[in-house]
Amino acid sequence: MEWEIADKKLKSRLFIGTGKLSTYKVIPEIIKNTSVEVLTVAVRRINTDTKIENIMDFIPENTIIMVNTSGARNADEAVKIAKIGAEISKTKWIKIEIEADTKYLAPDNEETIKATEKLVKDGFFVFPYITPDLVTAKKLEKAGATAVMPLASFIGTNKGITCETLLKPIIQELKIPVIIDAGIGKPSHAAKSMELGAAAVLVNTAIAIANDPVRMAMAMDMAVKAGRIAYEIGILAEKEYAEASSPLTGFLKGKQHDL
Amino acid sequence: MIYELIKKEEIFFNQHKDNKTDKVSVYNKIQKENISKSDFIEFLLNKDEDVLEYIAKKAKYITDNYFGKMILLYAPLYISNYCANKCVYCGYSALNKNISRKKLQIQEIEKEMYALKQKGFDTILILTGDDRNMSSVGYIAEAVKIAKKIFSEILIEVYALTLDEYKYLVDNGLTGVTIYQEIYNEELYDKLHISGPKKDYKFRLEAPERAIKAGVKEINIGCLLGLNSDFLSDVYLTSIHADYLQTNYPDVEVSISYPRIQPAEASIKIDTNVSDVDFIRIITSTRVFLPRIGLNISTRERAYMRDNLIGLGITRMSAGSKTTVGGYSCVTEDTGQFEISDKRELKDIIEILISKGYRPEFTNWVKI
Repeated sequence: MEWEIADKKLKSRLFIGTGKLSTYKVIPEIIKNTSVEVLTVAVRRINTDTKIENIMDFIPENTIIMVNTSGARNADEAVKIAKIGAEISKTKWIKIEIEADTKYLAPDNEETIKATEKLVKDGFFVFPYITPDLVTAKKLEKAGATAVMPLASFIGTNKGITCETLLKPIIQELKIPVIIDAGIGKPSHAAKSMELGAAAVLVNTAIAIANDPVRMAMAMDMAVKAGRIAYEIGILAEKEYAEASSPLTGFLKGKQHDL
Repeated sequence: MIYELIKKEEIFFNQHKDNKTDKVSVYNKIQKENISKSDFIEFLLNKDEDVLEYIAKKAKYITDNYFGKMILLYAPLYISNYCANKCVYCGYSALNKNISRKKLQIQEIEKEMYALKQKGFDTILILTGDDRNMSSVGYIAEAVKIAKKIFSEILIEVYALTLDEYKYLVDNGLTGVTIYQEIYNEELYDKLHISGPKKDYKFRLEAPERAIKAGVKEINIGCLLGLNSDFLSDVYLTSIHADYLQTNYPDVEVSISYPRIQPAEASIKIDTNVSDVDFIRIITSTRVFLPRIGLNISTRERAYMRDNLIGLGITRMSAGSKTTVGGYSCVTEDTGQFEISDKRELKDIIEILISKGYRPEFTNWVKI
């Protein structure tokens, strides 16, 4: 089923990061073997005058590029980096990544709001990466963000959905899409994100450092699809007790049998 | 602050350096999510090679997950080897009367930088000897200005500067500073640095923090392994110093280098041998103690060691290095600051990285 985001209609709900790949040569293979349509690329890794691998040469035509501002330490740097990236890669999709904490790679929500306000005014589609916080997410929605990208766990930890209780209200309350980003270590984490009602997930480390990135991307793709279908159907609530398929109290409504 | 912390931690290390350790204890501790200071000391002290294997496995896991399958490559550029310091361990020391002294003119610096860019580099480390007259801050700033036209990332490894001097260089395009304390034991430091500006232990110790306050986004600290017979104490204190910087300045990228001294370069007899096994233990233990710290390895190390350390914790490597002044754009028979052990060209390093399943990366920063 197609869904709309920014200026595009997408079929896939899996976005993939490229920063940790051992070689960009697998990118065309991933695109060929999965339904993935959106790739994120760090502006600082787009080296246009390199004689070695330039990532842009490996991205198949028609793939949507979302540039990210990783390395930025504040809103001003993020805005500058975003504009440079948008120009080089001819995209209007900007993922704001302001990791002012190198120990945890924790996003700076406050600076991210400022950068979002500026870039939205300049006409970009802005996808801010945040620590899951409902109030921040609402401010970003109000500022005109295209989507919000809360983390499931810190980058590179593979821990999965460790802050479900913080993610649920964001998914529940926002009208714009919620894309769960970071911490997705295995397909079951990706499926779980979709079951919760996320519009999409972004996976980087788990695919990039897998022994076989292409097949891991395929596995994630299937998991995202499975999770989404289940969500659309409506997932049954988990219960602590068994529920008999024939009602236990049905006899009260039935015919009274006289002895 | 850092001075007091180092003093306190030196005592802590000495209190723990005779602790008993065994295989089971390390095995249990390595499973922990957060490695404590005393765990780190225990990993450094344990000589068991099975134990080293546990540590290495965790180091690889952490490095791949946090930094990805990627190694940043950079090139050092020596622009002057005049030096006013008498450091007994250094090939460029004023004690060394046998080397020719040279300082590149601005046009020559530009030529060298283009030669490096031509090879594919985008990150440059500009080095000078410790001589404020021959390599003034103004001269260094000129080199930084030229570098800004050519490279995305510009680091310097020069003498310790004041806050205002660092600010001046940042205004001209500097993005990072490399400055090694060399040895953290103040008494030994004083003995090994006979005279010159480097003799001021505290001014040098506080230099990384001044650079950060001036606005650099990267800082690289280190110690020269083997200067101190108790080299594990230096490893511990370098890590404490890095942790202090990363914790107090979380938006700065902090990395560590552990150069091993080459006895031939020193004017004193160096008895301490930091073996290959010691070196691997140091790199991998630092990685598990400080999961997000950058770790550098230079061409001082042999090709064999460098190749085998890929994936075990290292995040940055120099490649195709020349430690002679003007060595990239012309052939010279001059003596460098230290003997390069890995003489391979950049293309060979790229090849080995790819064969090991890692991507050579040249750019870590956007020129803005």
